[in-house]
Amino acid sequence: MGERIAVFRKEHFNAAHRLHNPAWSDQQNSEVFGKCNLPNYHGHNYELIVKVIGEVNPETGYVIDMKVLSDLIQEHVVNVFDHKNLNQDVAAFTHLNPTAENIAIVIFSILRPLLDKTLSLQIRLYETPRNFVEYPSHI
Amino acid sequence: MPTFYLTRKEHFNAAHRLFNPSWSKEKNDAVFGKCANENWHGHNFELFVTVKGSPHPDTGFIVDAKLLSSIIKEHIVDVLDHRNLNMDVPFMQGKLCSIENLVHAIWHQLEPHIPKEVALHCIKLVETPRIFVEYFGK
Repeated sequence: MGERIAVFRKEHFNAAHRLHNPAWSDQQNSEVFGKCNLPNYHGHNYELIVKVIGEVNPETGYVIDMKVLSDLIQEHVVNVFDHKNLNQDVAAFTHLNPTAENIAIVIFSILRPLLDKTLSLQIRLYETPRNFVEYPSHI
Repeated sequence: MPTFYLTRKEHFNAAHRLFNPSWSKEKNDAVFGKCANENWHGHNFELFVTVKGSPHPDTGFIVDAKLLSSIIKEHIVDVLDHRNLNMDVPFMQGKLCSIENLVHAIWHQLEPHIPKEVALHCIKLVETPRIFVEYFGK
């Protein structure tokens, strides 16, 4: 097996959301999620960094064509999430709390089947400039 | 005494939507596009408050930056953070929720509370890393 190298594509979207567990009382939701539980939603500028690891194709010099990767992210993630209410407008969060952790896992599950099996994938999602998550945690 | 400009940077996040209630849904969609989504969208906002003045000889500063931060926090950040700007913010009621209008409203909310030794010079609000608005009070 040849050497593997990581390439990164950065995209962005903004969205409204709220953190809420429907199995809990309003009081428990408020205690656990604080301001993030406020009923009328709040929002973020999300920054998405998609990391793809693989061998360099000797014919192209690429791990993956970044334009192809960008188009995949745009079509399957950004167009679905951008300027949306994650709780109300995105089917994946109908029964899933749209925390940064869960959003990253959902994005991974969307993109993973679209990439060649020889490539590894990792999602880094910034919810704010100070809060970000990575999934999977190790690749 | 020379004049200096001091800027305090704060941040909040919020949901909003661009929507003119006197227009049809079609016209709102045509003018505001994705920003008119009836279920809201949101941003991490960065707020820059700039005041101007001359350094006091006893302190060397034009205003206590921590005091300025406390004033911004009490009158602006605590009112806007994690809120829906259209629904939850008293001083945005009845206004189109653009960042231009929000900056204008922030100026008028904040100006009466600015310490007397300085003058409010500029409110700058960054909506995304690529879009921001500045207002100089006139």
